[in-house]
Amino acid sequence: MKAPRTLLKSIGIGVAVIVILVVYAYGFRVTKVNFKETRSEDRLIVLARILRALAHPDIIEYEQEETDVYLPFFLPCPEVEVVIQKPDKSRPYLTSSVSCGDSKETIFLEGFNFEPGSKGPINFITASDVKLQLGNFEADSEGHFQLDIRLPTRQPVAEAQTIRATARVNVGAPKFTETAKATWDKIIETIFLALLATTIGTALAIPVSFLAARNLMTEVKSSLTSIAFTIIGWPLGIFFGYWANRLISEWSSPIASHLIGTIATVIVAPILAYMLIRWALPQEELGVPKKTLQAARMITLALSVVIMILMLQQAALLAFKLGQVLIDPLGPFGFLGNFVSQLGDVIQIITPLIVALIGGGALGSITSTFGQNISDRLAGNTVKIINLISAAAAGALLFALIGAVINWFYQIDNPAAIYYWPAGMGALIGLILALMSTAKDPLPIGITVYFIMRTILNAIRSVEPLVMVIVFVAWVGIGPFAGALALSLHTIAALAKLYSEQVESILPGPLEAITATGANRLQTIMYAVVPQIIPPYISFTMYRWDINVRMSTIIGFAGGGGIGFLLQQNINLLAYRAASAQMSPSPLLWLQWIM
Amino acid sequence: MLEIKNLTKIYEGGVKALDKVSFNVEKWEFLAVIGLSGSGKSTLLRCINRLVEPTEGQILWNGVDLTKASQDEMRHIRRKIGMVFQQFNLVSRSKVITNVLAGRLGYVNPVMSLFNRFPQEDLKMALKEMDRVGIANQAYKRADELSGGQQQRVGIARAMMQDPEIILADEPVASLDPVLAHSIMQYLEKINSEEGVMVICSLHFLDLVHRYADRAIALNEGKLMFDGSPKDIDDVKFKEIYGKEAERIG
Repeated sequence: MKAPRTLLKSIGIGVAVIVILVVYAYGFRVTKVNFKETRSEDRLIVLARILRALAHPDIIEYEQEETDVYLPFFLPCPEVEVVIQKPDKSRPYLTSSVSCGDSKETIFLEGFNFEPGSKGPINFITASDVKLQLGNFEADSEGHFQLDIRLPTRQPVAEAQTIRATARVNVGAPKFTETAKATWDKIIETIFLALLATTIGTALAIPVSFLAARNLMTEVKSSLTSIAFTIIGWPLGIFFGYWANRLISEWSSPIASHLIGTIATVIVAPILAYMLIRWALPQEELGVPKKTLQAARMITLALSVVIMILMLQQAALLAFKLGQVLIDPLGPFGFLGNFVSQLGDVIQIITPLIVALIGGGALGSITSTFGQNISDRLAGNTVKIINLISAAAAGALLFALIGAVINWFYQIDNPAAIYYWPAGMGALIGLILALMSTAKDPLPIGITVYFIMRTILNAIRSVEPLVMVIVFVAWVGIGPFAGALALSLHTIAALAKLYSEQVESILPGPLEAITATGANRLQTIMYAVVPQIIPPYISFTMYRWDINVRMSTIIGFAGGGGIGFLLQQNINLLAYRAASAQMSPSPLLWLQWIM
Repeated sequence: MLEIKNLTKIYEGGVKALDKVSFNVEKWEFLAVIGLSGSGKSTLLRCINRLVEPTEGQILWNGVDLTKASQDEMRHIRRKIGMVFQQFNLVSRSKVITNVLAGRLGYVNPVMSLFNRFPQEDLKMALKEMDRVGIANQAYKRADELSGGQQQRVGIARAMMQDPEIILADEPVASLDPVLAHSIMQYLEKINSEEGVMVICSLHFLDLVHRYADRAIALNEGKLMFDGSPKDIDDVKFKEIYGKEAERIG
């Protein structure tokens, strides 16, 4: 049965077609479509020139030998007949159909005995030594060429002028041009820039990806007491960690001033720390240890952490000094010394950060456990009261911190607006949360962290690396280092997203099985999640390296180093053959060829 | 002794998987849990080690209420409860020995275990447990290179590494052929009779229940329909457990 076609349906289709046409018409206007321009003579000439230049990358050049061949010529013809000498036929020579002519007259020119295959320009040299190009020649395999040339428009001159053919021959082996050499250097720079960015990005994206994986985070639930205590614990821990790092560094300055002291610390401290940790964390534990033993272990662990911090500081110092000393004696391998020294510097820079984070993590987890214990052990009403107080305090702290960050950007500098009001609001939100929730109910903190993490990642990912380069160039100066840092940041966000989607697609069975053995969360991730995600992680990392090589070409435009820097220069100078040299062996091509 | 009292589980969305289930299991007992697919067998087993949080009720094990235990306490308790799965749930890309050693994760130093370091005694124990189930020569193969029956034996070895007092077996033989099914059940029987480990095992086939279980409980739509010796499941009881249209086979 044929469905009856209603009028309404026909009109609907008609309107849809018209709407689509209008959309495209507007699109043509907005994008300024102009096909007349594509046929313009001038444009086509320029286009052909540029395309041809691009097809001849400036990579290889030859040493050239030039031979000038002259032919006397009168322009215009003199009154008296002049006898022109017969050319020496043992050498290259030119003949023309006439020995004199008028402006704009076309004459027939022949060359003999030229080097086969040689080519070059034909110029008219005036009496006042002005060079006017008449055309180009290319000798055939017998060294002969012929062509019609048009005489230039000149003021009449009595004496003979000259037609000159400059024959150029390639001699010797082909060699790389300066452009090619510069390009090669920049290719290396680009590939390593991308490698560093990928490495740093991967290292940081892996832990972040677990926090942004829905299946791992939904199960993480905590009571409000525990959450509030954690929020209070983290910033305090960060502060204490930072402070402890400074204290240790001040206290250990006598050691640092002697090289032997530094070396001794670097050797002895890890051994001591290892022994302490081995005692504090026994290989296997069947029962539940006593409280006193637990406390002793905590103190030992804290002590070993202090020793490790000391070791880290001294090791950084040692590496920095050692690297500096090594640069000169190593000669061409001086970059290894520089590497060691820079590593030392990096450790020096990030030690306070690491220690602060360890402090935050340690105090955060202690207060978290403490809060959980309160929630588990005490009566409902007591927990409720503690919840009210701690949630208000945590809310106030959190919002005041956010206020401080906002103040740093916008420089409001009004304590009421940036601390008191936000703190009050945070406290209020904390109170409301504590009132609304049942005292001991586990709250879905994991999924909250997941959403916050996703939001941050999406925000970072949406910022073009070009913009990030501008910020990093301001920080560390123009060059590949700024590019590497900018790409690293973008890589973290992009990879963390891809990685977390892999984590979300793992089989849940092994996760369940490992949890059932009594493993803690970190062990579960290590044994059930990590083996499943290694292959996709590797393939995504390689893919990202590929992307980073390509992106590092572009970020060079904004001062991020790498091949883009040269490319931009040459494009601006309209040096298309040089630009082509940088484009045609695009670093990506090289990279893919290597791999 | 394990006492389950009025255990109820309501999933998000209102599905009542368990409805006031109560029963006791003695130490040394081999308990079979039977019922149709979706009758709540898996939920019951997972409530015991709290992979699934029960909504109501009590699980008393040697007098301790597992439903009241905190996360940390529960981790300690789980060490003594081994679990065997229908789909084996091995980490297929890891070596067999790593899978077996994973059973010790609750006992070992967490920091060292992150670097895949286990004490010597654990390695010896792993080899012993693999030997018991006849896969010692497969120790360094990847888990997914093994056949189904071998994989389930790895699963049993992993559970035994926990030095368990209870083994929860969730349809351990449902994806194996009948011959392999018997060999796996015999391992569980041996563990039960020789090591004195309580085994709670959900099963589909009544002949396996008759052959291996000391006692059986039956679930239908989350309700306990039967609790007694497998011999007492007559035709009337059978139709109560499996529905009116069900036919007895085997």
